[in-house]
Amino acid sequence: MLTYVVRRLLYSIPVLIVSSFLIFTFVSTTTDPLEAVRMQPNVNQAAIRQVEKENHLTDPVVVRYGYWVRDAFTRQFGKTILGDRPILPDLMSRLKVTMQLIIAAEILTLLLAIAIGVYSAIRQYSVFDYTATTLSFLGLAIPVFWLGLILQIIFVNVYNKWGIRIFYTGALDNVDPGTGFHFLVQRVQHLVLPVITLAVISIAGYSRFMRASMLEVINADYIRTARAKGLIERRVILKHAFRNALIPLMTLAAIDFGTLFGGTVITEFVYGLPGMGRYFLDALGGGETYVIMAWLMVTATMVVFFNLLADLVLGFLDPRIRLD
Amino acid sequence: MTETSRHPEPGSPDAPAVDLDGLYAGSAQPRPQPGSPPFEVASDLTADELAYESGLELKARSQWAYARRRFFRHRLAMGSLIVLIGILLCGVFAGRIASYPFDGIDLNNLNAPPTLKGHHYFGTDQLGRDYFSRVLYGIRTTARVAFLVAALSTVLGSLIGAVAGYFGGWIDNLLMRFTDLVLTLPILAVLLVASARLGNGNQYRVALILAFLFWTGIARVVRGIFLSLREKEYVEAAKASGSGDLRIIFRHMLPNSMGPIIVNMTLVTAGAILTEAALSFLGFGIKPPTPALGKLISEGETQMQTQWWLVVFPGLTIVAIVMCINFIGDGLRDALDPTQRRIRA
Repeated sequence: MLTYVVRRLLYSIPVLIVSSFLIFTFVSTTTDPLEAVRMQPNVNQAAIRQVEKENHLTDPVVVRYGYWVRDAFTRQFGKTILGDRPILPDLMSRLKVTMQLIIAAEILTLLLAIAIGVYSAIRQYSVFDYTATTLSFLGLAIPVFWLGLILQIIFVNVYNKWGIRIFYTGALDNVDPGTGFHFLVQRVQHLVLPVITLAVISIAGYSRFMRASMLEVINADYIRTARAKGLIERRVILKHAFRNALIPLMTLAAIDFGTLFGGTVITEFVYGLPGMGRYFLDALGGGETYVIMAWLMVTATMVVFFNLLADLVLGFLDPRIRLD
Repeated sequence: MTETSRHPEPGSPDAPAVDLDGLYAGSAQPRPQPGSPPFEVASDLTADELAYESGLELKARSQWAYARRRFFRHRLAMGSLIVLIGILLCGVFAGRIASYPFDGIDLNNLNAPPTLKGHHYFGTDQLGRDYFSRVLYGIRTTARVAFLVAALSTVLGSLIGAVAGYFGGWIDNLLMRFTDLVLTLPILAVLLVASARLGNGNQYRVALILAFLFWTGIARVVRGIFLSLREKEYVEAAKASGSGDLRIIFRHMLPNSMGPIIVNMTLVTAGAILTEAALSFLGFGIKPPTPALGKLISEGETQMQTQWWLVVFPGLTIVAIVMCINFIGDGLRDALDPTQRRIRA
């Protein structure tokens, strides 16, 4: 087990090195972070050269990559090219916002998707099942950003017309800095719509997945045996079928959770949340190679880590699977 | 299998040109008619008629014919196909259907809500541009990008998957590690970087960039199929009879992997449409003056609280297109892959 984990982690190192080099080359050769500054006529050319020199912008790509690796390990990903802001503290505070978002979304997704999927499966071809299937196809077809905008239109218009504030649609920055219960309510009001926006597509996908997995288990022989020996249906479903049907979904959810760290770009953009995604978009607009790289390293590491976790969880839940 | 049978049927253009009249000349025996059984039958009925008489149907049906029948019976998929074709035709003939040019300005109707008057079915924006016309032109762009991405990534993915699965060994290892590498990258982020820097807002460039990141799924599927097909007897037979690698891959194995490839192609198409819309919405995809549905939504976003139609209609168009494609994909999966039939509602 431990050797398996260590070996998997060792395997991921070359992947991270190669992908970081490819992306570094790609980003740094195609972007000029000083583009906007250069266009301003009153900026001192010497100052530009100074910034270029400090950030090794004129060196060959391989040399710049070397400097970046050094900065990443010894100087916490270094500083931004313009403004000299340390990258890591910013990234961590953004990560906190994103974590709130994706943990809430993941909990909501799993609860709803499992409930819908299981109920659809045990009442196959019922009205509920057909409705859930149709809605899930709808959910998979809705662009995330459009869903966010539509929710904003609805809740803003409800507020404008009747003066009822159900959820906030704006930035998280204007949360009332009160304390205790009031703060909590405010926070929840701000986060509900982004969480729903983020969760809808996963709820649609996961509920279909759960339904298929549950149906497969329900039609298995050992369920017939359980019924034949006279177990009550509730016990058959919950104790025998449900627990086994859950295994594939748990693996999928663990893998997807890793990708969510880099997958909130659109939601954060639409709702103006100061999270990882917005940080990335701002860096992209400004050509901040080092910020983009730091962001990519964090998200890629999360993907690798949660992929490994998914395998471990699978091995733990299903003892037939040997990890070695 | 392909629809045409391996052996040319008598009477078909492929049949060897033998001078049959000369062969039978002078003999009392009548010359057998094309399509008749090779042996003497004590009847003057043709084979088809005989089969009909005996109640047997001889009509040969290929795998594809069966798949087609299954698909045509899938009502939801057929309905979606018709709707999708309708939407696409609207896009293709946007120039004829739209009452206004894409950037035409109707100064008498600024910020008009959806109305039948003046043919502003989807309303107008603050410059008086007709959103119905703009959406029609947007469909054209979306369709162009989607099909380009689907075709390119399917060809690329199938080739990579086929080569990896067929040859195995270090080639497989190399190609699959490369695929894993592409899969590890946060796809939206890479797309954003790529299209921001290389896309230039051009629809064909954006489509190319999307295609280069969308082939991984198909490559994995095709590799999996090839790994199992490689061990099949007919591949062994083809090898024994001296067929080259290319012939085995393209003539024998790829046709047998077409089902999953086509199903995955629909998934890629749907994904490409959603991703392109998101890129254009964020301002890193297709840029004006080329009409794109995602860009229309982001242009309407500033006034969306009062002019909701600017956001609602382009979005609904995307939803309709993607939903149709997904339903068609579902129908295709049931039709082409009866062994892996998903339990369908």
